[in-house]
Amino acid sequence: MSAAREEILRRVRRSTRDVPGAEHPDDVPVERGYRKTDDTPRPEIVERFAERTAEYKAKVSRLSEADLPGAIRDALEACGVKGLVVPPGLPEAWVPDGVKVLRDGPGAQLTNDELDRSDGVLTGCALGIAQTGTIVLDAGEAQGRRALTLLPDYHLCVVREEQVVGLVPEAFAVLRDTVVGERRAVTFISGPSATSDIELNRVEGVHGPRTLEVLIVG
Amino acid sequence: MRVALFITCFNDTLFPETGRATVELLERLGHEVAFPQEQTCCGQMHFNTGYQREAIPLVRRFVEVFGDYDAVVAPSGSCVGMVRELYPMAAELANDKKLLYEVEELGDKVFELSEFLVNKTGVTDVGAYYPHRVTYHPTCHSLRMLKVGDAPLELLRNVRGIDLVELPEAKECCGFGGTFAVKNADTSVAMLGDKLRHVLDTEAEICTAGDNSCLMHIGGGLKRQRAGVRTVHLAEILASTEER
Amino acid sequence: MTIIRHQPEKQAPPDAFSKGRTPTFEESAKESLANSQLRRNLGKATQTIRRKRAVAVAEMPDWEELREAGRALKSRTLRHLDDYLVQLEESVTRAGGQVHWARDAEEANRIIGGIAKSHDAKEVVKVKSIATDETKLNEYLEGEGIAAYETDLAELIIQLAGETSSHILVPAIHKNRSEIRELFMRELGVEDLSDEPPDLANAARLYLRKKFLSAKVGISGANFAVAETGTVCVVESEGNGRMCTTLPPVLVTLMGIEKVIPAWQDYEVFMQLLPRSSTAERMNPYTSFWTGSSQGSGDGPEEFHLVLLDNGRTDVLADEIGRQSLNCIRCSACLNVCPVYERTGGHAYNSVYPGPIGAILTPQLVGIGQSGPDSLPYASSLCGACYEVCPVKINIPQVLIHLRGKIVRHKQDEGGLMGKLDPENVAMQAMGRIFSNRKLYEGAQKAAHIGQWPLAKNGTIHRLPGKLAGWTEARDLKPVPEQTFRDWWKTRGKGSPSNGSSGDGAS
Repeated sequence: MSAAREEILRRVRRSTRDVPGAEHPDDVPVERGYRKTDDTPRPEIVERFAERTAEYKAKVSRLSEADLPGAIRDALEACGVKGLVVPPGLPEAWVPDGVKVLRDGPGAQLTNDELDRSDGVLTGCALGIAQTGTIVLDAGEAQGRRALTLLPDYHLCVVREEQVVGLVPEAFAVLRDTVVGERRAVTFISGPSATSDIELNRVEGVHGPRTLEVLIVG
Repeated sequence: MRVALFITCFNDTLFPETGRATVELLERLGHEVAFPQEQTCCGQMHFNTGYQREAIPLVRRFVEVFGDYDAVVAPSGSCVGMVRELYPMAAELANDKKLLYEVEELGDKVFELSEFLVNKTGVTDVGAYYPHRVTYHPTCHSLRMLKVGDAPLELLRNVRGIDLVELPEAKECCGFGGTFAVKNADTSVAMLGDKLRHVLDTEAEICTAGDNSCLMHIGGGLKRQRAGVRTVHLAEILASTEER
Repeated sequence: MTIIRHQPEKQAPPDAFSKGRTPTFEESAKESLANSQLRRNLGKATQTIRRKRAVAVAEMPDWEELREAGRALKSRTLRHLDDYLVQLEESVTRAGGQVHWARDAEEANRIIGGIAKSHDAKEVVKVKSIATDETKLNEYLEGEGIAAYETDLAELIIQLAGETSSHILVPAIHKNRSEIRELFMRELGVEDLSDEPPDLANAARLYLRKKFLSAKVGISGANFAVAETGTVCVVESEGNGRMCTTLPPVLVTLMGIEKVIPAWQDYEVFMQLLPRSSTAERMNPYTSFWTGSSQGSGDGPEEFHLVLLDNGRTDVLADEIGRQSLNCIRCSACLNVCPVYERTGGHAYNSVYPGPIGAILTPQLVGIGQSGPDSLPYASSLCGACYEVCPVKINIPQVLIHLRGKIVRHKQDEGGLMGKLDPENVAMQAMGRIFSNRKLYEGAQKAAHIGQWPLAKNGTIHRLPGKLAGWTEARDLKPVPEQTFRDWWKTRGKGSPSNGSSGDGAS
């Protein structure tokens, strides 16, 4: 195994003989002339997030903090969710009465089969990206393990307006500490799962949750 | 301006009328045209087919023949593309620093006809008259290698009497591609089929372009179909006046 | 519905990365060009996605700046690939992963097969990975008694059909809905299936869900891996990538060594370039980024293996012009705009890498000197549409021309007498001599006019002989006129001195 490593590295070095020995990687210029921050007014950024998330066939609603518990209850009811997966750190006030709560936590993890049999999952998120209509999960507070948002067929996600950033580079800057410091997994979700493999016709819902619903709280 | 005409071997041998039109046009616009008779071929066919060592003497020859002129003009986007974009590659292959320097110097002075007129001399109305229905095919090398943009169309729009009609999917390759047209004749013809369909859809009498190579391919297809549509080089349209 | 274990009906035909000679592009293209259904499917699909891409790109005011940054980052990486690979290895190891190095396909397959066997896995689930298509991993695993299930819908379709991919991004672009319906009814044992895409997708969902839940080993490729943090990324749409990289307790990722990128921040460039260029979306539905193994967090695989594959990549790296081919982020934008690909489809390239990028990658990866791969750089009219859309600015036409040169020089230098007597070579040598001398050139012009008389009829050539016959199969040819331009110039120089132009350079 290490013979292969040495051999490949030797080949790489031989193949890059034209690169001056004194050249440091940072000596190769990288012009980052693209947009790094979005100076659009905040309300427009949030509105763009709502629009673009909806364009990818996610259900999107905007509401106030006070209306959130009611909206969650209505959404779950409308989709007939009885067994609801709840990640650690989710505010208790979000969980409506009358659903069967399947709690996942470090001490007691739900099995994949339990997740598969559940009706839906309710989470918060790490970020929203307005430019692309993307929800970012980073396995943090109110989000939980990746499997939680993967196996249930319905995903209800709460995004707070202040979590929405304008551009893609802003998102990667915010996520840096989570990844570099804590090595947490990050998932970008832009609409429900989809395929265009059959005659390039877009079909929503293949393997992930077939319904994604987003509540934007301001 | 004193310009050297780079006729290209293809036009010299097969399309002398395009060369004559180019000379007439440039002279009508007040330029002094020189024709260095030592010129032969720029080496594009050799180079693009892979016979690149064989192209190097032709590159050197071109530099010798044209190196001293202030401006070199050719009625061919692809031959100019060869000189401007691929001569440096040939010089690198020859491992000849002096040649590399020379071809880079020369590259800035070699122009395709429409870009010479519009971008270099700022002329968009050449005083031409051409009472026909015409569609324009922007050849790939003019469009994507030389980036002549709308220069040919600007010139055509100012031609009196012309009925200029837009070609659908104009930017699609016609399928010529030099030796590609022979080596991959089946694919080349499949591409040509769509181009011909678009040309016929315009109901034009004439299909024009800045390269006779592509026009020979398109024209050859039209003629085989007895389509009754001719191909005419851009220079010939621009050279036409009410007198002739 | 009942699910039966599928047995592909036929073996996939050999390609440039398998043993045995493959046909040339010209030979294979003939067949594809004559397939009317393929032509229609491809035409429709490439034109649709081409239009959509143009819209997605037009929305970005800083697209050119992003392309330039993408190109520059790849150039930085490739020039210092050894440093970045070592750094990646350290980062992944620190995060609880194991890094393996594979010099070639066989070594990569052995490593992956070994990992599967050490976990007694009889089945593995796979997310679309062209690197594993290149190494023929599925065939290898089958030989070792391990069934590899492709989970990308299109990959599943072609695996069930026993075919090979014809497009980087939409591998089953050549199949229509009724063919897929028949295939699923036959191979998955589904009854009462309509040919509506949602129903077909649901059949795949049901079939594969069981596999995802039971598989002990998941296998993926990688879109990118960050040297700084060890973070690997899979970009996808269906959720099968998330399934494969999250659910099985063991994850093996095979990636080409050129997929490493320097820093976490660099994702901000590539994650803008890739989705718009490939699926013409602002962002693809799902992207997974993971760093090492779960390390007790309970999130994701307990065991993570990263296999770094060379398999010819260092040879590509050695070529200063060809090196840029390794910038490729597998978006497939070049396929969708290519007028050749649009008509022949992917199979004509006889490689897991079709289209313009395949035409430059394949011969470089497998080495020059085989008629099949050597024909690929000629499968282009050099129209340049691919370069225009490439998100990492690979000058594909330049590399195509460069490779044509290498192929000809290889034939001339290694081909012995046969190489030298090749009619094309003989003709090119002769023409090279003619063009080098004005007298010979002018003589040849005359000879061409005189020599064509048996061919030209009523001012047209309808049929050319020998290798040139391809031209006149569908095109007439204009004969060589009697007076060349230079002849006219000479007569004019004598007759009309008034115009002030000069015929200098005469010697």
